[in-house]
Amino acid sequence: MFYREAGQYKTSYKADQAIFPIFQDRMAIVFYLLVAFVAIPYFGSDFFITSMMIPFLIFSLAAIGLNILVGYTGQISLGTGAFMGVGAYACYKMTSIFPDVNIIILIISSGIFSAAVGMIFGLPSLRIKGFYLVVTTLAAQFFLEWCFIRVPWLYNYNDSGAIEVPQREALGVIVTGASATPTTRYLIVLAIVVAMTWVASNIIHGRIGRSWMMIRDMDIAAELMGIRPLYAKLSAFAVSSFYCGVAGAMMVFFWLGAAEVESFDVNHSFLILFMVVIGGLGSLVGSFLGAAFIWILPVILRAIPDTIGLDINAATVEHINFMIIGGLIIFFLIVEPHGLARLWALAKQKLRVWPFPY
Amino acid sequence: MDLLFNIFVSPFIEMVTMPDFLLQVLWEGFVSGTLYALIALGFVLIFKASGVFNFAQGIMVVFAALTLVGFHAAGLPAYVSLVLALAVMGFLAWGVERVVLRHLVNQPDLILFMATIGLSYFLIGFGELIFGGEPKSMITEQLGLPTGSTTIEIFDGIVILQHLDIAAAAIAAILVAGLALFFSKTRIGRALRAVADDHQAALSVGISLNQIWAIVWFAAGIVALATGIMWGARSDVSFALQIVALKALPVLILGGFTSVPGAIIGGLIIGFGEKLFEVYWGGLLGGGVEGWFAYVIALIFLLFRPQGLFGEKIIERV
Repeated sequence: MFYREAGQYKTSYKADQAIFPIFQDRMAIVFYLLVAFVAIPYFGSDFFITSMMIPFLIFSLAAIGLNILVGYTGQISLGTGAFMGVGAYACYKMTSIFPDVNIIILIISSGIFSAAVGMIFGLPSLRIKGFYLVVTTLAAQFFLEWCFIRVPWLYNYNDSGAIEVPQREALGVIVTGASATPTTRYLIVLAIVVAMTWVASNIIHGRIGRSWMMIRDMDIAAELMGIRPLYAKLSAFAVSSFYCGVAGAMMVFFWLGAAEVESFDVNHSFLILFMVVIGGLGSLVGSFLGAAFIWILPVILRAIPDTIGLDINAATVEHINFMIIGGLIIFFLIVEPHGLARLWALAKQKLRVWPFPY
Repeated sequence: MDLLFNIFVSPFIEMVTMPDFLLQVLWEGFVSGTLYALIALGFVLIFKASGVFNFAQGIMVVFAALTLVGFHAAGLPAYVSLVLALAVMGFLAWGVERVVLRHLVNQPDLILFMATIGLSYFLIGFGELIFGGEPKSMITEQLGLPTGSTTIEIFDGIVILQHLDIAAAAIAAILVAGLALFFSKTRIGRALRAVADDHQAALSVGISLNQIWAIVWFAAGIVALATGIMWGARSDVSFALQIVALKALPVLILGGFTSVPGAIIGGLIIGFGEKLFEVYWGGLLGGGVEGWFAYVIALIFLLFRPQGLFGEKIIERV
């Protein structure tokens, strides 16, 4: 009814291999992009943009990064927070050393540093897997956290130990610092996230992405079929950390404005792992859905007591939040281990055949 | 040259010239090692019997201690609250089996691991909701635990031993011995080992997986309560312990995921290593190395012996 592919013939291999082979899907993507690029900046309030949309997009990008590692390559990581931190500190150092270089270029290139760090801590993955790898990534997490505190060079020797975002312009518009408008920051974040999602989608559907999935499904068979685990695993670590690093740099420069080591602690690693698992392992759409769910649900939950007139103090609401999120994680794992992405796909499938499912 | 001297020579000179200080450091390492070992023991129990990597062990420790303190604060005598806290842990074990594990049989390890992370979030929220988030002091004296300290004169110096730490070590030893006996001598213990070896084979000879899982989670709950009491007596009962509990992971790597003695020895190695490194070499790096040293030991260890000191050999090459 809503969603018919009848009459859409694929006459070339190119059309057959397209990511969105159905016309309605392509239209839907165009519609979402229009909403994101035009409607939200135009109609959204500052609060909505700064405390919901910007963090949502940034966490989506980090979730895509972690999904590449966990969902596509099957290597569990609990070091996401620290890799985001590497990106943030790298960007901060670069912009202090080269203040005239366009900040957007610096943000993208800060991913290179975190990719390098990610590859170093990914080296043990060549010999070990599963929970053993969790420990090596935790080592990365705690070691890097320690570096962020104990290496004063990273935060330019200032007394607070925090990195503060300086004001930077790109193409004559103030894009970072306190005087940048939320809309500007939102549009830049959105553009970077959309571009990087597009790149990720192409990597995943290409040769490299397929080699990752082969490693995930059965590493020994993959090796027999000519996939080199060294290249596949390390490239997964590199690309994943690159995405996390860019997300971390954006988190500080376009959202928080200033950050300390607490912004990159192990709880953030868990948060992003939740997004990936709830959204759906091995799914780009899932990364967005998971980020939206984990980030926006608590905001809504916090607003509920006020709207229905209950007088509960903030701490209690916070605790109930924790309980609900924990409960929902278990619920999702039991009911739909493939996450929101699978629910989304099922819904689309139902719409395709409605109203004559047989 | 100076740096090399500071790394390879001067710490050892310091150790030899001040043996009393070295002993004190080793004692501290032993005490924190016992605690790591106890947390790791909880992990190993559950991992052996169900293959679940129970991330919530750390928060179970906090939760058990909070329950105990909470019951006491409600006006109950210390020993009654101890029994009640045990009952709560038993109920928790039953609930986890009934609500979570039963529905996740045959799922990949990652899913089960995530479920325990979900469980730990739930317990954090639940615990804070009921008992409040602020740190509480443990009811050490009411439980009859000693609180004084003994000073031993040795090597022209003194070593201070807290009675509490001695008691903690003794309780840990009793707990481990008891568990070892339980595992090897009782009917349920044999069933547990059967489940650990092979789920399907255990089912086919009539062992109820669900019952075994509940029992094993209860055993982990008892270990958690003991750990919580000792930890709480040394510092406060607070949710900060959750991060410390992550240190059980390197302990497990060292000891092997399925070995009870491995957990104990791994815990002690990490405890000693961490304190020695912090005191004698930490200064070179600016201090605070305790946070990551354990993980780095585990990381290096993994490269040479991935199955741990006592773990079962993994015959697989990638």
